[in-house]
Amino acid sequence: MPKIIENVGCPYCGCSCDDVRVTVSDDGKEILEVENVCAIGTEIFKHGCSKDRIKLPRMRQPDGSMKDISYEEAIDWTARHLLKAKKPLMYGFGSTNCEGQAAAARAMEIAGGMLDNCATICHGPSFLAIFDNGYPTCTLGEVKNRADVIVYWGSNPAHAHPRHMSRYSIFPRGFFTGKGQKKRTVIVIDPRYTDTANVADYHLQIKQGHDYELFNAFRMVIHGYGNDLPDEIAGIKKETILEVAEIMKNARFGTTFFGMGLTHSDGRNHNIDIAISLTRDLNKVAKWTIMAMRGHYNIAGPGVVWSWTFGFPYCLDLTKKDHAHMNPGETSSVDMAMRDEVDMFINIGTDAGAHFPIPAVKQLKKHPWVTIDPSINMASEIADLHIPVCICGVDVGGIVYRMDNVPIQFRKVIEPPEGVMDDETLLNKVADRMEELIAKGEA
Amino acid sequence: MAELLIKNGYVFDPISGMKGDKADIAIKDGKIADKVSSKAQVIDASGKTIMAGGVDIHTHVAGPKVNLGREMRPEDKFFRGEYRGGIVKQGRRMEMGFSIPSTWKTGYAYARMGYTFTNEAAMPPLMAPHVHEEFRDTPILDQAAMPVFGNNWFCFEYIKNKELENNAAYIAWLLKATKGFGIKVVNPGGTEAWAWGENCTSIHDPVPYFDITPAEIVKGLIEANEYLGLPHSVHIHGNNLGNPGNYKDTIDTLKLSEGIKTKNKFGREQVLHNTHLQFHSYKGTSWADFESGAKEVMDYVNNNKQITVDIGQVTLDETTTMTADGPFEYHLNQLNHIKWANVDIELETGSGIVPYIYDKNIKVCGIQWAIGLEIALYAKDLMRVHITTDHPNAGPFTRYPRVIKWLMSQKAREETLDTMKWKSKVIAASNIASMDRELGLYDIAMMTRAGPAKALGLADIYGLAKGADANVAIYDLDANNLPSDPELIEAAFLSTAYTIKEGVVVVKDGTIVAEPPKYTLWTKVNMPENAQVMHDIKEKFARNYTVNLENYAVFDEHVHNARAIELDVA
Amino acid sequence: METITMNLVSQPELFLECYSVSPDQFAGKSLAEIATLPAHEGKIQWKLGDFFKFEGKAGETAADTKVVVNGNVRRMKRFGQKMSAGEIVINSDTDMYIGGWMTGGKITVKGNADSFLGIGMEDGEILVEGDAQNHVGCAYRGDWRGMKGGLIRVKGKAGNDIGTFMTGGTIIIEGDAFIHVLTHAEGGTVIIKGDAHGRVGGQMVKGDAYIFGNLLYPLPGFKKVATVEKEVDGATYTFDQYIGDLGERKEKKKGEIIYGNIYLKK
Repeated sequence: MPKIIENVGCPYCGCSCDDVRVTVSDDGKEILEVENVCAIGTEIFKHGCSKDRIKLPRMRQPDGSMKDISYEEAIDWTARHLLKAKKPLMYGFGSTNCEGQAAAARAMEIAGGMLDNCATICHGPSFLAIFDNGYPTCTLGEVKNRADVIVYWGSNPAHAHPRHMSRYSIFPRGFFTGKGQKKRTVIVIDPRYTDTANVADYHLQIKQGHDYELFNAFRMVIHGYGNDLPDEIAGIKKETILEVAEIMKNARFGTTFFGMGLTHSDGRNHNIDIAISLTRDLNKVAKWTIMAMRGHYNIAGPGVVWSWTFGFPYCLDLTKKDHAHMNPGETSSVDMAMRDEVDMFINIGTDAGAHFPIPAVKQLKKHPWVTIDPSINMASEIADLHIPVCICGVDVGGIVYRMDNVPIQFRKVIEPPEGVMDDETLLNKVADRMEELIAKGEA
Repeated sequence: MAELLIKNGYVFDPISGMKGDKADIAIKDGKIADKVSSKAQVIDASGKTIMAGGVDIHTHVAGPKVNLGREMRPEDKFFRGEYRGGIVKQGRRMEMGFSIPSTWKTGYAYARMGYTFTNEAAMPPLMAPHVHEEFRDTPILDQAAMPVFGNNWFCFEYIKNKELENNAAYIAWLLKATKGFGIKVVNPGGTEAWAWGENCTSIHDPVPYFDITPAEIVKGLIEANEYLGLPHSVHIHGNNLGNPGNYKDTIDTLKLSEGIKTKNKFGREQVLHNTHLQFHSYKGTSWADFESGAKEVMDYVNNNKQITVDIGQVTLDETTTMTADGPFEYHLNQLNHIKWANVDIELETGSGIVPYIYDKNIKVCGIQWAIGLEIALYAKDLMRVHITTDHPNAGPFTRYPRVIKWLMSQKAREETLDTMKWKSKVIAASNIASMDRELGLYDIAMMTRAGPAKALGLADIYGLAKGADANVAIYDLDANNLPSDPELIEAAFLSTAYTIKEGVVVVKDGTIVAEPPKYTLWTKVNMPENAQVMHDIKEKFARNYTVNLENYAVFDEHVHNARAIELDVA
Repeated sequence: METITMNLVSQPELFLECYSVSPDQFAGKSLAEIATLPAHEGKIQWKLGDFFKFEGKAGETAADTKVVVNGNVRRMKRFGQKMSAGEIVINSDTDMYIGGWMTGGKITVKGNADSFLGIGMEDGEILVEGDAQNHVGCAYRGDWRGMKGGLIRVKGKAGNDIGTFMTGGTIIIEGDAFIHVLTHAEGGTVIIKGDAHGRVGGQMVKGDAYIFGNLLYPLPGFKKVATVEKEVDGATYTFDQYIGDLGERKEKKKGEIIYGNIYLKK
């Protein structure tokens, strides 16, 4: 008899939905049906029980082909290379559980290396802004239960966070928001007319790269200098700015969600920084919060785990082993790769082969490259060593942090393929092996 | 299992009645024993002071707002080209941070000071798994966490409807779900009001929409606490924290404890614990005429045995304020314009974080410093008055030895006053300069272990009586010949000769030498299931929460070495 | 003044952290002692002598010590960190953190410098004859207390983030600058003699920016109030004066609001 498992967490986007319903075959090996989740989430579950799952580590041979090896060999190889490298970098963690991220921290502290996560190419600027300017935020349930004004600035949840609007922000009927969408005003600020803009009450089609100026304009209005606004700022007319500012000032509870539109355009962290300033200003006259639309279901995880472990959320320089140094721009993965400042690369729970700039990938490829990932992807196809692991939420559980930093406890729904390890076990074994080698004087 | 005999030390243990006599401490199988065999390892503690492991009744060391504080403050680790607190690696992991240490540093630094238990001051129930993850990564220390209830929608409704049993059942359920220890109340009603940008600044200000007052909330929770007979009492951070004139609101809050008796099986006598009392003992109408209200507040505390307090001493450092009192933190940011973080949490609570510099050359900071010390020096019963810095709000916990130094030495207090630019104004607005009381080691033992242990209902576990956990601190202080230089007192309390946890030496000569397992203490209330409450819970999760009920309670595998303190309710 | 000359003999594979190279660290030491000072390449701790040959003599104090660095040190960072006095001359391009947290003395880079030039500077002088990159005279991440004093002059161009969170001192960029000049500043002076791309004075509480070239994208938060003559870096010019940032909080002195200023040369 197939089993139905309820309240399953979805390992796709930062919505970290936990209401997935999975029907599993009697022998616990196959996922038959996935309900409640968006199309992308469904795919992850289906992929998890695909017959093509990689089951053993694969080592690149001199002729370019890959040969299966044992986990023990793979662990030993990785441990030796980590110790040998002067400045190895472990990067990724978009799709690992927190237990794995904690084990990675231990491993890289022993190795004396660099440790970084996908924020470095994504919401890193948000971290920089939080460092400089704080973070007035809330949990998604506050938005659901209270918010009457929603701003999506440089963010397109219709594509990147498919259930965000229905589960949290626009459509749900919460405790104080019984009329749902009817009593919410939605403002989208985006240079493109996106599918999200399509459901908005206001779309400000801002001139790309000039968000900072528009934030500055809104702040001028809050500070009482609305009359000094020029006629047009960043492609938006003064009247529109004044009208939208009025809506913001009169909100009962407003939230600004932001994404790559701010983190990836000129000024980067400063765009978020001034958004935070605006949010703080608005709290003088209304209640406002701001939230980063974190991309993956547990990309907030390494930021949380490494903050309590080292005091810094990303771009960690652990090379000195007795203290951690962080300075994005110097200790950030892409910067180091471009400067050829690392001499070993471990890609875990991500695909740097696909996501990093090609020159960065070329530099990294000059050195030993390990990919730890359940799937075949670009990073595995150029790696010297590919180690398969479990898929969090599918065949291993663990704690994940939703985009609002709420911890969600994930379960596993099927058993992993025979012999496949999870990240935590694998990385702890790598750490143990390094300690063994150091004790033996083979470091 | 291992046997240990600590010989010849001067033992200060109020729980077993030891007042500095020379005595041996026998340890067997991790517990205090009557005697041990000749095979026991011997530690010669001649000329040294022995106390039970330190018990911190209120500190922010693990959880979402603590961690957001770490995350948002790289400069708390690295400032002007130097690592704050130096570069230290003694244990398995590196130690980072000054006012908000990493979890690893937290465990090691407390252990080096002879502490073996900390009570995490506030846990938002929705984020309980996060607290437990950090507990797992905190070495050596036993830990407990108090979920917050003072802005909880379930409690509002039960208290408003006068449903004591339902409120108690919900609280018992939540303690189990979060593996929490006791009832914490922060700015009752005010943090819910803050979700609309408002606040409750007195105990009679009604909460928007819910139409319940802080006074009702507090009284309702105290009644539920005593209905259940929990090991600890309600633990409160009252309304109007940090504002001149608030001493009146504090006394109003304390009075809510009158007329309620406790009958718990843990030896606890108080029905209300007011935390970081310093922040709540302010007289005056503005910062201009701000002065100490310590005397007025302590007059009430001294005459009311049903109250315990911890002092929340300002240490005159650059530190980080963080509290579930969301509106207060926004207010602080508007005063000092330093970066502000805030997290409002659905149905339950909120929080705020703002760095703060307690500058000795600012008059207000000098007066705040005086107030905390006055609270201790006015105290008649030091079992009921505990040392804290509301870490990190008034200062980092690594300054506890400095607080002890100030309490034990008037000379040390005078030296600190002398460094203040506005010394005469600070003296004029406080009482500290005229107070010549100097506390002794027994007093310190009451304030840093026996008193907190008793108030937490954990005196059986965390003292030096037979059967207690063998958690012992050995300080390099000759009780019969204390150093005249107060700096040496601070140095001795900062770095033990030995710290022993369940019979294992974890610190030797101020250096970490072992990291044995540690516990998560939580309160397990055995009572029949309450159908109404379960129905209400299911409904609120279905409609208002954004996490499913089945994923809310912390899974057993995520609670590190759970140690339940059990009680039964008919 | 005594002079020590360091001649490069070997390049690191990656980058070398030369935090030991400062008059303060060299003063009072013999050449042999100096050669044993540490330098890191990732996790490997080397000695300075593994990469440089030393000649000359160190002074007794930092103030008496001049350090000359010869050879291509493009892949070496942190020269002059925390120095309090004395001089360093670097005769090539160099990497990041040059003069970080310095409290006195003078550094000359006869080439380009990378990012984080003069981070957290409190006093002293840095001269870069080529270009600088990003974060010139900046604060460390998260610190609202940035450059406090001293002078940084870059003869070429610079990138983004000039004087972020600045509280005092002067930065002169003789070429062009990109975006974010004096962001969040609470004091200090930045002079851009070339063009500035935009975002000058954003979130500025106080401070003065002088732009000699074009300001391509001025912020709305600054409004023109006057035309003035001012002496800047040794010469007098006419400027349009703008005050702001009107979208940021302002302090008051004796009841008067204190604004930040942007001076655009006419």
